[in-house]
Amino acid sequence: MALEMSSSVQGVKALLTLSGELDGSSAPAVRETVDRLLSSSPSHLVLSVEKLSFMASAGLRILIFAKQKQPSLKIYFVKPQETVVETLKKTGFYQGVYITDSENIDEAAG
Amino acid sequence: MNRTDMETRIDYYPTHEHDGYRFRRGHTLPFGATIVPNGVNFSVFSSSATSCTLALFRRHEPEPFVEIDFPPEFRIGDVYSMIVFDLDYEELEYGYRFDGPFDPDAGHRFDRTKIVMDPYARVVGGRDVWREQPDWTNLYPHRSRLAFDDFDWEGDRPIETPIQDLVIYEMHVRGFTAQPLARVSAPGTFAAIREKIPYLKEIGVNCIELLPIFEFDEWENSRRHPDTGELLLNYWGYSTLGFFAPKAGYAATGRFGMQVDELKTLIKELHQNGIEVILDVVFNHTAEGDHRGPTISFRGIDNRTYYMLTPGGYYYNFSGCGNTLNCNHPVVRNMVLDCLRYWAAEYHVDGFRFDLASILGRDQNGAPLSNPPLLESLAYDPVLSKCKLIAEAWDAGGMYQVGSFPAYGRWAEWNGKYRDTIRKFIKGDLGLVGEIATRIQGSPDLYYYRGPTASINFITCHDGFTLWDLVSYNGKHNEANGEYNNDGSNDNESWNCGWEGESADPAVHALRMRQVKNALAILLLSRGVPMILMGDEIGRTQYGNNNSYCLDNEISWMDWGLENRNAELLRFTSLMVRFRRAHSTLRKNWFYEHRDRVGSGKPDISFHGTEVWRPDFSPGSRTLAFLLCGKHGEPPHGDIYVAMNTYWDGLPFRLPDAGGGNVWKVAVNTSMPSPQDIYELPDAPRLENQDEVIVGGRSVVVLVSDRA
Repeated sequence: MALEMSSSVQGVKALLTLSGELDGSSAPAVRETVDRLLSSSPSHLVLSVEKLSFMASAGLRILIFAKQKQPSLKIYFVKPQETVVETLKKTGFYQGVYITDSENIDEAAG
Repeated sequence: MNRTDMETRIDYYPTHEHDGYRFRRGHTLPFGATIVPNGVNFSVFSSSATSCTLALFRRHEPEPFVEIDFPPEFRIGDVYSMIVFDLDYEELEYGYRFDGPFDPDAGHRFDRTKIVMDPYARVVGGRDVWREQPDWTNLYPHRSRLAFDDFDWEGDRPIETPIQDLVIYEMHVRGFTAQPLARVSAPGTFAAIREKIPYLKEIGVNCIELLPIFEFDEWENSRRHPDTGELLLNYWGYSTLGFFAPKAGYAATGRFGMQVDELKTLIKELHQNGIEVILDVVFNHTAEGDHRGPTISFRGIDNRTYYMLTPGGYYYNFSGCGNTLNCNHPVVRNMVLDCLRYWAAEYHVDGFRFDLASILGRDQNGAPLSNPPLLESLAYDPVLSKCKLIAEAWDAGGMYQVGSFPAYGRWAEWNGKYRDTIRKFIKGDLGLVGEIATRIQGSPDLYYYRGPTASINFITCHDGFTLWDLVSYNGKHNEANGEYNNDGSNDNESWNCGWEGESADPAVHALRMRQVKNALAILLLSRGVPMILMGDEIGRTQYGNNNSYCLDNEISWMDWGLENRNAELLRFTSLMVRFRRAHSTLRKNWFYEHRDRVGSGKPDISFHGTEVWRPDFSPGSRTLAFLLCGKHGEPPHGDIYVAMNTYWDGLPFRLPDAGGGNVWKVAVNTSMPSPQDIYELPDAPRLENQDEVIVGGRSVVVLVSDRA
């Protein structure tokens, strides 16, 4: 299944909605988008991933890339599917990100 | 010069192009594939090839998307290196084609039709999910891939626990949690071990030793059981494909190629819980087998360098597995060093146990070396200087070096003599009391100049009976292996306690339980470094199978149902481990001196029998007692009196005076039913008769001196 993606910047929040499968072939486009979003120096990167069914190594490494570019960046996963959460947990990426059910990340962060 | 020019140096610019792929001369070192600015540096050694081609694949695709010949000027010495630009790191798989002579008599087995794996591959694709049926038509089944260095270790590094303080738990990654009763989210994986860290802490072990986790092929020599049809696999994994790559099938995320991250996450979390990680490493042979085996990597790259060959070009077989890695060839030696340094530095591994390590002390013709350069290099390596190095000090070619392994003051050994002596003593054999006295002191007869920490004390390991089977079977029962019970050792020193196999007889069961406790008690009271086999703390059985190398099923797996059913054994083991931790005299890295070194009025150790000061070392003896002076401990603690009786009836042991107004309290009495078999120290009851203790038949009693 192909990846669909949309993004926007709202103040200090960069929003990225992903649905479908984030694998090696779709990762470069996501990485470019994240790179572009980071150019506005947001403090929060909010990933809406409710409809993302699969996230490969390439996808997770985009998060590392984002952290490397901007160490203070807070990364949120909104409504991730269980498979995505499991991958995050088992590979240790879990602690670098916040998992939330709410689009309103100010509440989630509290 | 403008700003952009200053920021963008041009060290890495392509000079060549092939099929649209741009490349340039690479760096000879490091070997393997290394990510460099804008590209990947490939470097590989072959002393006898006439040419080399780099083959690049997109993940899982059957054919390479490009093959690039190394131009002659890219070879320096025997090393081919090249940087290829603009590759997709995540999706890349690579291999090599080597051209050269096929002349087995001269040791050459080049085959240009084959694509071979990089010996330095950090990740190997192709067996991404355990037991998933491979595509047998794949022209390049085991594929080199790239690894990334971006893991966040959060300040972790190897723990460096003093070796004398270790209690090692030997376990199989898959077998530990494969059973559904393990109740983990991804059975049989690195991630699942993380979920079981609380269990490891309950036992109290502070080190796990993992059976091989370097990439291997569970399908190697796979077959069906001739009678049952059960699929038999290479379950143990003592057959390495890639020395630098973790086993993908042991990672829940292996299907995503994230085994590196998952394993590092496990090690980091174990370290956060004070648990070290030792890897069982197999450098004596590879998965390529003998001349009938597949060409996967070494054989097609430089057969004559990597393997020990007979003058006629056949494979020496000191490993019992078809071939023998030529470890004392300088190139191979460097590969072994590079490999171990990589695991120590990149994975924070705390130590290594070397399978059939005596092979590492043979020269290129197989003859034993008096000063083997590989073993010496490992002992003095700067990166490995704090790593535990443990040898299995024998090989399948007849070298048996327990006590004489070239140690350089660094190497410890699996003490096979400890195992055999304790087994025989526990089952009641005669003539062993003198040797038992030596073994519980850390085997000074073997390691006088090396200290007791050279001795890894064990009674059971993956290879042989489990502890429960040691007291339940007189003979092996390996029918499930499909070799008509011809495989596995016949030399088990086991005793079935009166009935062969599972028994509903309460008396048989009680005796087995006691014998298991006797073994665990003696193991954890001995100087040296104790090692417990996975499941022995809960009485795991393999139904008499003493060689479950091919069984990926309930026979080999940890049975988590026993955690409740044999809760008393778990409690006993866990309290014994804590007893050891609480008494520093048990864990010193020097030998007892049989004299009073601290002015306590007692020697550090003294031996006794049923009468004080009269140990019975006669050939007919089945008793031994010893007294450890706690003032010789750092920190000091109460004295410890241990009485062992392998006679079938109870015997009275006269006691030395507890001294200083203290009294004897009962810490352990294996003849008592749980929970009176072992006490937490503050709860240890005062011994009624302070002059004498009755030690039940086939029992161990441990007393501690304490204020009245």
